[in-house]
Amino acid sequence: MTVTTNHTGISNRLLDLVPAAPAQQSRKDFTSDQEVRWCPGCGDYAILATVQGFLPELGIARENIAFISGIGCSSRFPYYLQTYGMHSIHGRAPAIATGLATSRPDLSVWVVTGDGDALSIGGNHLLHALRRNVNLKILMFNNRIYGLTKGQYSPTSEVGKITKSTPFGSLDRPYNPVSLALGAEATFVGRSIDSDRAHLTSVLRAAAEHPGTAFVEIFQNCNIFNDGAFDTLKDRSSRDDATLKLTHGEPLVFGAESDKAIRRTADGSLEVVPAGSPGVLVHDAAAADPSQSFALSRLTGDTHGVTPIGIFRSVDAPTYDEALNTQISDARARQGEGDLMSLISGGETWTID
Amino acid sequence: MSEQVRERETRRLDRVVVRFAGDSGDGMQLTGEQFTSETATFGNDLSTLPDFPAEIRAPAGTPAGVSGFQLHYSDHDILTPGDAPDVLVAMNPAALKANLKDLPPGASLIVNTDAFTGGNLKKAGYATDPLTDGTLDPYLVHRVPLTSMTINAVHAAEGTGSVNKKEAERAKNMFALGLMSWLYHRPTDGTVGFLEKKFAKRPEIAAANVAAFRAGFNYGETTESFTVTYEVAPARMRSGTYRRITGNLALSYGLVAAGELTGLPLFLGSYPITPASDILHELSKHKRFGVRTFQAEDEIAGIGAALGASFGGSLGITTTSGPGVALKSETIGLAVSLELPLVIVDIQRGGPSTGLPTKTEQSDLLQAMFGRNGEAPVPIVAPRSPGDCFDAAIEAARLATKYRTPVFLLSDGYLANGSEPWLLPRRETLPDLKVTFTTEPNHTGPKGPEFWPYLRDPETLARPWAVPGTPGLEHRIGGIEKSDGQGNISYDPANHDRMVRLRAAKIAGIANDIPPLEVEDPSGQARVLVLGWGSTYGPIAAGCRRVRAKGLHVAQAHLRHLNPFPANTGEILRSYDKVLIPEMNLGQLRTLIRAEYLVDAIGYNQVRGLPFKAAELAGVLEDVINQ
Repeated sequence: MTVTTNHTGISNRLLDLVPAAPAQQSRKDFTSDQEVRWCPGCGDYAILATVQGFLPELGIARENIAFISGIGCSSRFPYYLQTYGMHSIHGRAPAIATGLATSRPDLSVWVVTGDGDALSIGGNHLLHALRRNVNLKILMFNNRIYGLTKGQYSPTSEVGKITKSTPFGSLDRPYNPVSLALGAEATFVGRSIDSDRAHLTSVLRAAAEHPGTAFVEIFQNCNIFNDGAFDTLKDRSSRDDATLKLTHGEPLVFGAESDKAIRRTADGSLEVVPAGSPGVLVHDAAAADPSQSFALSRLTGDTHGVTPIGIFRSVDAPTYDEALNTQISDARARQGEGDLMSLISGGETWTID
Repeated sequence: MSEQVRERETRRLDRVVVRFAGDSGDGMQLTGEQFTSETATFGNDLSTLPDFPAEIRAPAGTPAGVSGFQLHYSDHDILTPGDAPDVLVAMNPAALKANLKDLPPGASLIVNTDAFTGGNLKKAGYATDPLTDGTLDPYLVHRVPLTSMTINAVHAAEGTGSVNKKEAERAKNMFALGLMSWLYHRPTDGTVGFLEKKFAKRPEIAAANVAAFRAGFNYGETTESFTVTYEVAPARMRSGTYRRITGNLALSYGLVAAGELTGLPLFLGSYPITPASDILHELSKHKRFGVRTFQAEDEIAGIGAALGASFGGSLGITTTSGPGVALKSETIGLAVSLELPLVIVDIQRGGPSTGLPTKTEQSDLLQAMFGRNGEAPVPIVAPRSPGDCFDAAIEAARLATKYRTPVFLLSDGYLANGSEPWLLPRRETLPDLKVTFTTEPNHTGPKGPEFWPYLRDPETLARPWAVPGTPGLEHRIGGIEKSDGQGNISYDPANHDRMVRLRAAKIAGIANDIPPLEVEDPSGQARVLVLGWGSTYGPIAAGCRRVRAKGLHVAQAHLRHLNPFPANTGEILRSYDKVLIPEMNLGQLRTLIRAEYLVDAIGYNQVRGLPFKAAELAGVLEDVINQ
């Protein structure tokens, strides 16, 4: 394994196992020759541009980066990146990426998925990837709709959603992906917005720096089937009052006039109070206990008039990959490399002349 | 008590079939395994058939909870675990009830009389006591108060002071083993050593078991119940070093060997399922070989992780049984489309659905062959005996890596848990399967050198395997149809037609890279061919021997490769008047043979969860020959 230092200071003990790029790379180095085929106006374009612009910052060789996706609009993502990539099957990308990441510690492995792919058909794999803390970076584009199958409601669609498959309104209650990830004890959970390039880049950078599974929910506009789902969070007139930007170590204060803040209620849930009220919480993404992060995840536009974005949780914990590969190196250090013939002739043998 | 020892007859037999039967908590598998171990080291040829319920502790004392272990051993080479026991050890009434129907008249029966209480008789479904109502008249019955003698022996022994009555009673299987070891002149040192090692952390339990084992042996020596003991001379086998091996262990070793021979790290993604879990257990021990085992959250994740590892340059393996294959189907289709190596091990069991988890069947052949959407051909390899699982695993890995394709390895519950002596291979006889990854561009485009992931080797039609980390060969693959050569997404009709045919031709071409089908016909006069695949080899060959011993002529051929078939298969089938295909399913190979070769093969089909019996197949063969 080549231990290297990269060019930009993004580093962690696992990223250090990935070979550095021989020279500074640019966005162009990460752009494949494939024609991008999302609908004009799709939020995916902005995310792609941000990721292509961010990847050179990692300073690692592009051939040591792999993007694995499932099925859905977002899952076409790997085709447009000049890295190794696999466009797999619906919902299974976390499982496939787990095999790749655990067997190849010299790779930086990313999963691109959507709300249907990750939370519906692939919900089980997502949960288990998160709890194992495999060294994966999972980017989940949440547009709260099925796009590629042309507009059915998704597991993050609001109750009562009128779609082709629910002409009388959808009946099932949506997941909150951040709550779900924190419930699975994910070690890194973030949230950002497709159109906010600077914020998204900062969350991607933190995800890349995190050793272990990083789960990033990216609010993404589907302008064909669910246009404007996140407008409140994007419009200049409303966004500052509607979003709470989480910064580790800073008080939880937000609003165009910085006039609102977050405080804990008697039952442990959170409430919005005027800034300057007693007991305003300070954000602690590194807390070992995820309770406060979980309480933050329960703040939504519908219930509290505010949606937190940023890094909910980032804690360093042993990763599955390291543990598995350590078992192998320990076994070899203790017993030496395996010898096939002594293995198969183990146990009781007898010889016939 | 030496004055009681009388002159006893020692009868020399050429083969013996013994069966141990008791409650699933009675330790019958361990007892059978240990008797087998002694038999193997003594030098007999042997074949075993464990038969146990799916429940870990089925209701005690009921026929549903009976666990059995049958061993056939001999002074010559044998092919099956035996049709019917020569001696049955029944630890309780339920074991007697469940097994007596298999015991031919005149056979020996050792019963634990202590277990024949009113309550146990009722649980077993006996209205009257079979020990006294004449049920056992046709048999040579030895009535042994096994439980009480075990408890007495344990408590009389040294070093067992802290052993309570219940723990003492649990050693009764060792009493039975001791008695059987005496009756059949088995060596005993191995068992004593085994017990001391197994219970090393609890010396008093080791002492109790050794005491029970010795007491059983000495009981045989002193009792007057047994007037005859039996000897089976060592078999004359090919020279070399042997060990006893089960199919699942041989298969595990074959996979480890395949990793070494291909030069690829092994990655097993698996989810526990009977009867395949033992391969996961075994491979998880071999970290020093660089073997990574991943117990996934489900069957789909197991194969997904294996495929992801293959993408990264590992030899990806997934192990399962029929229901798991159903869940993995979509990923197998993806592997067909990605054209990456992957070995799918299916230890078949009775189906459909959960079916018979602990019983054997061959009913996944058509699932392996056709169980995917689209035209998705996958090579299929099937071992014929427990030891052959080693070679079959290596062959599956050879095809997977050489042709960049998922490969099915179809074993079954009988091979998985059955055992036989295995002539250890020599390292130099194993094939060189070294894999070379592509590291250079393979095409020149308008802007210079390019890497085309689907530009095929003209001979094998395999695509290049370039793994992440290789500079300049960055590429994307996926389940969407790709353009021939370049590998970009393509919805072009003519291209799809071409790619479907190329994938089919690649797998069909394997027929030229596997040995031709061999026929065994000692007299050269056979007009009937019996064709089999997988674990039926032993019973079919044993059936053929019996028929030939009567002066009849029959030819036998056995398929290792089921997709594609060996190139000469049609020619062979057409050169006989009749083709008989016995299978533990309702005619799956027969369906394929009839479709492929228009040969109107005759089926013989049983799905009872047990392997065929030699006598049964001999009878069927005679009927077909004489018709």
